[in-house]
Amino acid sequence: MTDLLAIGTRKGLWLARSDDDRRSWTVDGPHLLAQEVAAVGVDTRRRAPRLLAGIQYGHWGPTVMWSDDLGASWQETDRGAIRFPEDTGAALARVWQLRPDTAERPDVVWAGCEPHSLWRSTDGGCTFDLMRGLHDHPHRPTWEPGGGGGAVHTVLPDPASDRVTVAMSTGGVYVSEDGGQQWEPRNRGITVTFGPDPLPEYGQCVHKVAVDAGGPDRLYAQNHFGVFRSDDAGGTWTSIADGLPADFGFPIVSSPHAPGTVWVIPLVADMQRVPPDGRLRVQRSRDAGGSWTELGEGLPDGNWSAVMRDAFCADDHERTGLYFGTRDGCVYASADEGDTFTLVADHLPDVLTVRAARLP
Amino acid sequence: MTVQVLLPGVLAALTGGAKHLDVEPRGETLADLLDALETEHPLLGRRIRDETGKVRRFVNVYVDGDDVRFQGGLATPVRDGAEVHVLPSVAGGC
Repeated sequence: MTDLLAIGTRKGLWLARSDDDRRSWTVDGPHLLAQEVAAVGVDTRRRAPRLLAGIQYGHWGPTVMWSDDLGASWQETDRGAIRFPEDTGAALARVWQLRPDTAERPDVVWAGCEPHSLWRSTDGGCTFDLMRGLHDHPHRPTWEPGGGGGAVHTVLPDPASDRVTVAMSTGGVYVSEDGGQQWEPRNRGITVTFGPDPLPEYGQCVHKVAVDAGGPDRLYAQNHFGVFRSDDAGGTWTSIADGLPADFGFPIVSSPHAPGTVWVIPLVADMQRVPPDGRLRVQRSRDAGGSWTELGEGLPDGNWSAVMRDAFCADDHERTGLYFGTRDGCVYASADEGDTFTLVADHLPDVLTVRAARLP
Repeated sequence: MTVQVLLPGVLAALTGGAKHLDVEPRGETLADLLDALETEHPLLGRRIRDETGKVRRFVNVYVDGDDVRFQGGLATPVRDGAEVHVLPSVAGGC
């Protein structure tokens, strides 16, 4: 059994492997050198695991590439895996999220993109169809781009139903109960600080959403100020930020096995996107945000970097492994749910995304 | 008519290593030329233009030495025997 960690950066992809139950890692790369890799997916449903990468050539545009030999070679669709239909007048700017669906939907892969759009592939990521229901939503023209661009950056298909949850900066949380045809905003209780109405129906800058292990109706959101929980599939949200050193940040990760367990990595504020006091720390809750414990063994002080929204993930080991990368090119791993961390790689370009998977 | 398209080395991997291509467009504009180029080399065409048909922001195209952004854009006339350079712009950053 090999653990694989895919690390997408501003200038390429690196792959870390562990053959000793995550005690040590070897890193190889760069793959896709000089291409921004803002989204990665590891599709383990296939006979040969497929790496998916949402890439951006500096000059030559964005697309999705894939590798069925763990990075030794890469393919792309001639006309582009993701192409806005002609009638939209839009052009793909960046792929922000690549999400293989469940084993029961073996060739389905979801993509969240900039400009705000959701895409679905039924051929393993070679070609995608625009989900018109979200694209044609009457709110869409008023979704604003955040500082990083206006994008669907989080896609959460429910493995047991036709529910699909997305999060956007800005726009907020939208949910479809019919596989992506019809959508409604579900942001009640999530606050904004950048508009006159602190509780709008939509338009929030939700940075990341995660689903609790206990069931699909419990969600967690790291917002642009505020950490929230919903117990009714996004219908209402309540703050769970009490006890955190700061309520700003980008990623939020939930345990795949333990209900109520969730992690965040706070930053001071939107105007100070650095760890509080320069101490890079992970915060863990075991009670669905009721209380938080700071985790820092193996993590540095004097760190003035940040962790981006997709640069923090968990694996599916019984004892969950955590992985995150920083904008100063360091990647940390924990094999014990955050109790201790070790450095996997450093001096990489800005880490934009990480994904962990177990390979047979 | 035949137009010679000159490519930077970084794009030659998409044309089997060729940096010079003889292309026979169906019309007499740059858009016609790029359409013909894309039909023959779809990946190359996509590096030059996005799906709306627009030349990408950081790609420069010169027809007989003139930057088409200051000519007619995609409507720039392309004559028989013309030389069309495709080059990455100086955009870089870190």
